[in-house]
Amino acid sequence: MKNKNTATHGFGPKEYLLCAAATLAVFLLCVCLGSVNLPLADTLAAFRDILTGTVPEETTLAYRILQPVRLPRILCASLSGAALSLCGACMQGLLKNPLADGSTLGVSAGASLGAICSIAFGFSVPGLLFSGTMVSAVIAAFISLAIILSFAYRLDASLSTNTIILIGIVYSMLVSAMSNLVITFAGDRVKTITFWNMGSLQGTSYPNAAALAICLLVCGGILLLTAEELNAFSIGEENARSIGVNVRAVRLRVLICVSILIGVCVSIGGSISFVGLITPHLVRPLTGPNHKRLLPASLFGGAIFLLLADLCARTILAPRELPIGVVTSIVGSILFVHIFYTGRKQR
Amino acid sequence: MEKAELLSVQNLSVALSGKHILQDVSFTLNEGDWLMLIGPNGAGKSTLINAVSQAIPYSGNIRILGKDSKQMKSRSLARAIGVLNQNHYVGYGFTVEEVIRLGLYSHREGFFSLRAPSKSAENSAFGKAKYTSFDPDQAVFDAAGKTGLTELLSHSILTLSGGELQRTFLAQLFVQDPQILILDEPANHLDLIYQQQIFSLVKEWQSRPDRAVLSVVHDLSLAKKYGSRALLLRNGQTAALGTVSEVMSPELLESVYSMDVYAWMQDLYGRWSR
Repeated sequence: MKNKNTATHGFGPKEYLLCAAATLAVFLLCVCLGSVNLPLADTLAAFRDILTGTVPEETTLAYRILQPVRLPRILCASLSGAALSLCGACMQGLLKNPLADGSTLGVSAGASLGAICSIAFGFSVPGLLFSGTMVSAVIAAFISLAIILSFAYRLDASLSTNTIILIGIVYSMLVSAMSNLVITFAGDRVKTITFWNMGSLQGTSYPNAAALAICLLVCGGILLLTAEELNAFSIGEENARSIGVNVRAVRLRVLICVSILIGVCVSIGGSISFVGLITPHLVRPLTGPNHKRLLPASLFGGAIFLLLADLCARTILAPRELPIGVVTSIVGSILFVHIFYTGRKQR
Repeated sequence: MEKAELLSVQNLSVALSGKHILQDVSFTLNEGDWLMLIGPNGAGKSTLINAVSQAIPYSGNIRILGKDSKQMKSRSLARAIGVLNQNHYVGYGFTVEEVIRLGLYSHREGFFSLRAPSKSAENSAFGKAKYTSFDPDQAVFDAAGKTGLTELLSHSILTLSGGELQRTFLAQLFVQDPQILILDEPANHLDLIYQQQIFSLVKEWQSRPDRAVLSVVHDLSLAKKYGSRALLLRNGQTAALGTVSEVMSPELLESVYSMDVYAWMQDLYGRWSR
């Protein structure tokens, strides 16, 4: 790592392969473990059947558990983890604020409000599968980001760390109150909304995973290609403008991608907080702040983090299940205090 | 031979929340000029710089290299104008090299292809005709060498002193190599030795063809030594524009600064005779 090239250049094929292998290993571990533990050989056999599309005549236990329940859920966990972490890393760079994240800025809360409205009032875009919650969550996420940032710029053009987080907290409170208001009028749908709102990947489906994968491919791809601009932003917006970054266009591009990713994640898994805050902090000591390395590392790191969190949620109190949001919040807040504390001491 | 006009500002006005910060300021910057912006605090010097670098909304007409600045794309604007800001608050531990390397951004078209900066063949190494083709690594290394940062290239910017940080961003500008250099208090945070170095580096940079400098300085002695022309601002309006000796006359300075500037300077610097 002392080599000059690794210090300034992005992820090479070797790094990508290494991270993919690690993610795959954790993925397999999570597939095998659960309220029912499956031997690796059976799991792999079931995988082969699912991938080739053949339904064995005598379905094994592994196949019956994996195909309808566990596999889509784990796919969703890894994809949401990757998407949320990428968003966190991008926002921390764009706003030059190490505390920025969908949950601290109130974007997740905003997306939740959108999704809750759509569940409670049952509106949807005709012709699109589960479009109601997803589209309204994405739109609400974008509007939230726009509101929070325009307020922050108006109050303090330098976007200092504290101002924007404070606005995010106030906004979260306001939006949560509105969510609760909607829930009180939701009648018989209260239970669905409440459980979903705590953050749960239970009952996710293949179409969910496909939607996540497509969004991650498109928006995540765009974000990864914006790494150099994000480097400039995280050194300072003035400096970014001086070196020739189209500040407004890049900011809009990042905000749209982040809103889409967070909106989709929230509509599928509820508000799973802290993932986007913690993962970039965990990988930064390994990669440094350069987004060319930080973003891909956060992508894989986030997948691994959420896979493990989901594993805990499924197994710790098995056969009962914890909402994954509870697990990430507990683990995340402890980790965050630890990082904050050690960071302080080093200075 | 007529000197080429690099920057022309006409009737520039800036109003923030109903208050006029700048009113009807006009000037031009020709090849080889070093225009010093002087005036007391709050005269609108930094605002003028922000407007010229397109960072804030303004009314009036600014033409950069003959083009309407509002129509220019970010990257071509950055190839024409580079700004060294006064304050650098840095949050993340980028290395000095990573920061300097960002100066190459405007020379890249689109996402990947690296294009040689305009006139790089004769100009990039400060007129030494060093490169046959533009080598980004060499440009970064040269800029670091000129600013005395070679030893610090792999250091985190969080560990730098204010002066080292300022030199890092200056090195970034040298890599960016715009035709017009805008400096907001370039000697801020700098030790005397680096203050002298920075000013002579900028002087050397500016003496190449097709280059000009616009800078804000508080230290009037520096303005007198390095400036070719000066713009004196008072309450957002032009008090005087012309050569340094014209603008920095005892009478004009006294009326704008409300003190006998010459007497103070003589009092300050008269003590230095050996």
